[in-house]
Amino acid sequence: MADISKEQVKHVAHLARLAVTEEEVEQLTKDLGAIIDYAEQLNELDTDNVEPTTHVMDIKNVMRKDESREWITQEDALKNAPDQKDGQFRVPSILE
Amino acid sequence: MSLFDYTIKELEEKLHNKEITVQDLVDESYNRIKEVDGEVHAFLTLNEEEARARAKELDESPDAAAALFGMPAGIKDNIMTKGLRTTCASQFLDNFEDPLYDATVMEKLAKEKPVTIGKLNMDEFAMGSSNENSSYEPTRNPWNTDYVPGGSSGGSAASVAAGEVLFSLGSDTGGSIRQPAAFCGVVGMKPTYGRVSRFGLVAFASSLDQIGPITRTVEDNARVLEIIAGHDKMDATSANVEVPKYTDALTNDVKGLKIAVPKEYLAEGVNPEVKEAVMNALKVYESLGATWEEVSLTHSKYAVATYYLLSSSEASANLARFDGVRYGVRSENADNMIDMFKKSRSEGFGDEVKRRIMLGTFALSSGYYDAYYKKAQKVRTLIKNDFDKIFEDYDVVLGPTTPTPAFKVGEKIDDPLTMYANDILTIPVNLAGVPGISVPCGFSEEGLPIGLQIIGKHFDESTVYRTAHAFEKATDYHTKRPQDLGGAK
Repeated sequence: MADISKEQVKHVAHLARLAVTEEEVEQLTKDLGAIIDYAEQLNELDTDNVEPTTHVMDIKNVMRKDESREWITQEDALKNAPDQKDGQFRVPSILE
Repeated sequence: MSLFDYTIKELEEKLHNKEITVQDLVDESYNRIKEVDGEVHAFLTLNEEEARARAKELDESPDAAAALFGMPAGIKDNIMTKGLRTTCASQFLDNFEDPLYDATVMEKLAKEKPVTIGKLNMDEFAMGSSNENSSYEPTRNPWNTDYVPGGSSGGSAASVAAGEVLFSLGSDTGGSIRQPAAFCGVVGMKPTYGRVSRFGLVAFASSLDQIGPITRTVEDNARVLEIIAGHDKMDATSANVEVPKYTDALTNDVKGLKIAVPKEYLAEGVNPEVKEAVMNALKVYESLGATWEEVSLTHSKYAVATYYLLSSSEASANLARFDGVRYGVRSENADNMIDMFKKSRSEGFGDEVKRRIMLGTFALSSGYYDAYYKKAQKVRTLIKNDFDKIFEDYDVVLGPTTPTPAFKVGEKIDDPLTMYANDILTIPVNLAGVPGISVPCGFSEEGLPIGLQIIGKHFDESTVYRTAHAFEKATDYHTKRPQDLGGAK
């Protein structure tokens, strides 16, 4: 089993902005351990001189002119929001 | 006999000769949905009122130039449809009733005037191989509802197989079009990466995702792809490569075609019935004048591990947008903003989605990035090189789509690694970015379909279609229907 601790799982859950119960931490520690363990097989391969592939096509920066165009209205942008006020998205307070 | 036993071309003639109307086609869809969807669960949202109004409108103004005129279509629920609920089969988007825009594929389709029947079930955010990760009632296999339809485009494949729509769109990140197409006995194409715009496809793994058609015949599939393919300035990764008329490639001639068969694709772990069906397919190709040789995709056994590291890493970044601020369901139990992010995501996402976000976040986190993410990117290069090398000498690569026919509901859901292994033959294709199709090539003793996978060079969908079409013309697997073999009536 790969070396992944419950503390690490809690840390990663915080980074991923997921709230996890103790029970879920238990299960995720087990699952992630097994998956990471399985992924260790990649270390059988010598890849020292291999370039990483980020993209299969040889695409470089794709540029366009910075021109404004019609898209959606402010009203449209807000219409699926869980909460809104004065034409803006409303969220709970950031500071306690 | 169903109207959907005809091809698009045949239906077009019937419409033209006034033997049928668009309203008949749309009736066929909704009648069939009422008959079987209580069992199959292919649809998450129906567009019935709009579709019927649209059918009437189309009947009043026939347009022989529109290539999909009046054809009933189902759309996977991770493709944005303006004003039509789009949930990705996630509770997080359960209330997303009013998407603001159409995906580019929907705009392209609209020009050819099909009718959107509804939105199709899937594994949540396209993560899964069985549809059991849908947060709604999972889709079942129309051939036998004790079995899974495959995933993640399970609704897309099942709806076509069950005769609920004439064609559907799915998306394929590691096999999500081809694997359910194989399990449901229909034709499913994953185009070359960059061939079809991803604008408006809710992103799972952006370097792997592609939208593609699912149909009953290769001819219909080619017709839909030639409409949705092409460069799009809204997707910087879409390729500026000319789109051939794929239907012109269906010459029924494979004389001299050079087929490569990777020995890893017929190795241990591949079910004997599947192996036999593929060997029979090779005999068919021999009889048509093609030749085949065994080759090696040396690194294919590393594909599943590579894929799960890369796709989960990309997913962890892509799914960061679901924060409960702009759309979706916000948790009502939060005190502050960070708490609101965490609780909304935890309440809205299912177990598999959380597992992959966690894996991806871990693989990208400080101290682990080089060991996991970068390592996987390097192995991806090796897998891509394997394909490049084979395609120097061969026209297509051929093998099974999946190691086994459809498995039973509940059989693999508790063990993520066993579930992931099911995609071992489709994943290398996404990692290399090449096109691949699954076509029906037989049935198991239990009466479940088996899929033949044909893989081509980058941007050479034409040869893939030609190869698939010649096989279809020489066999009758694609004419079988679930209801004739004890499946959903």
